[in-house]
Amino acid sequence: MAMTETEIQTGLGEIIDEVAGVPADEVTPDKSFVDDLDIDSLSMVEIAVAAQDKFGVEIPDDELKNLKTVQDVIDYVRRAEVSA
Amino acid sequence: MRPAPLGSTVRSEQATPPRKGESPMRLTEGSRGSRILAFGGYQPANVLTNEELAATVDTSDEWIRSRVGIASRRLAGPDETVEDMAVAAGGKALAASGLSAADIDLVIVATCTPEVMIPNTAASVATRLGIVAPGAYDLNAACAGFCYALGTASDAVRAGSARNVLVIGAEKLSQWVDWTDRSTCIIFADGAGAAVVGPVTEADDAPGIGPVVWGSDGGMADKISIADRRSFIHQEGQAIFRWATTALHPVALTACERAGVDPASLAAFVPHQANLRIVEAIARKLRAPQALVADDIVHAGNTSSASIPLALSRMIERGQISSGDAVLLLGFGAGISYAAQVIKVP
Repeated sequence: MAMTETEIQTGLGEIIDEVAGVPADEVTPDKSFVDDLDIDSLSMVEIAVAAQDKFGVEIPDDELKNLKTVQDVIDYVRRAEVSA
Repeated sequence: MRPAPLGSTVRSEQATPPRKGESPMRLTEGSRGSRILAFGGYQPANVLTNEELAATVDTSDEWIRSRVGIASRRLAGPDETVEDMAVAAGGKALAASGLSAADIDLVIVATCTPEVMIPNTAASVATRLGIVAPGAYDLNAACAGFCYALGTASDAVRAGSARNVLVIGAEKLSQWVDWTDRSTCIIFADGAGAAVVGPVTEADDAPGIGPVVWGSDGGMADKISIADRRSFIHQEGQAIFRWATTALHPVALTACERAGVDPASLAAFVPHQANLRIVEAIARKLRAPQALVADDIVHAGNTSSASIPLALSRMIERGQISSGDAVLLLGFGAGISYAAQVIKVP
């Protein structure tokens, strides 16, 4: 069954807390990874790898540059779930 | 001896030449195991700090430290060659081993940045160290080179192809770096490290070098490459980071398993010093809480095949690891290629 936006956001918050030490409650949809959460390109790779384990959705390196905000990742995971 | 008369059934072994294809071969007597007798390291004198780099390319000390964990690196002088650095490190290891040049039967130089392709580096290094007529060759497995060379040296000692082997990793990456490319010029550096490999002693025949676990994937060849003779090192940072942080800890754990060493008992983990964040990410996945994790990259930069023996030399010099300690080595890089083994500190 597909996850809700809230479930993905919660899961993403846990991942970002673990990878980058950003408290999960700061991970809200409008936040920019680079500007608001101080997450760099290597941490984005770690987030993508962890997201694959947690959500079963592969995020290739080429896609990472398009994922600028938390909402972008939520949308990507939901789209990938639908097409899967 | 008189020839046997015609028709005689008496046969003489000496008189009868062996029949084609029937001459048996003997194998050399090897050693039950191999060990490392000593390490040696050499770093060039020139220090290049992040601040100095920030004056020439658009970067900063903070950015470099947070992305790759480097504070400063060493660069060879314009006239200082890979061979010079290999001789310096190899000479130190040989002196520390207590052996003489005559005891060395094989010299392997792991390098992906030789001055020239012909002749190789190893034969010249051997001659300069007074090692007469050893087997000598260069080995290119890029940043995995030292672990590859250590594996083959160990096998040579065990098979009896060599009594003792001088293994050297030496690189002058600075001559293959585009100093206007801020994604690579902040990372790569120069240096050399060496080890002397010999047989286990009769008194204590516990092996000092565990089985090598190695591999490669040419399908990812373009992720770290130099396109042609006029080009510089190019790497796809994110792809390499993803590979290194997901595919390599199983290789390292398999090396522990093959050696029969519990990761929890490791005194140190010395991976190739590629990027401190890769080093730390792999280390977290090993569940080796007691292991000191090498962070030599902070002041040495990424020296490819030299990074592991350089880090080990410094850890021994500082007394951070002691004789008999189990240490896990993991080399990885261009090819892509990788190799891991557990060693005992000499």
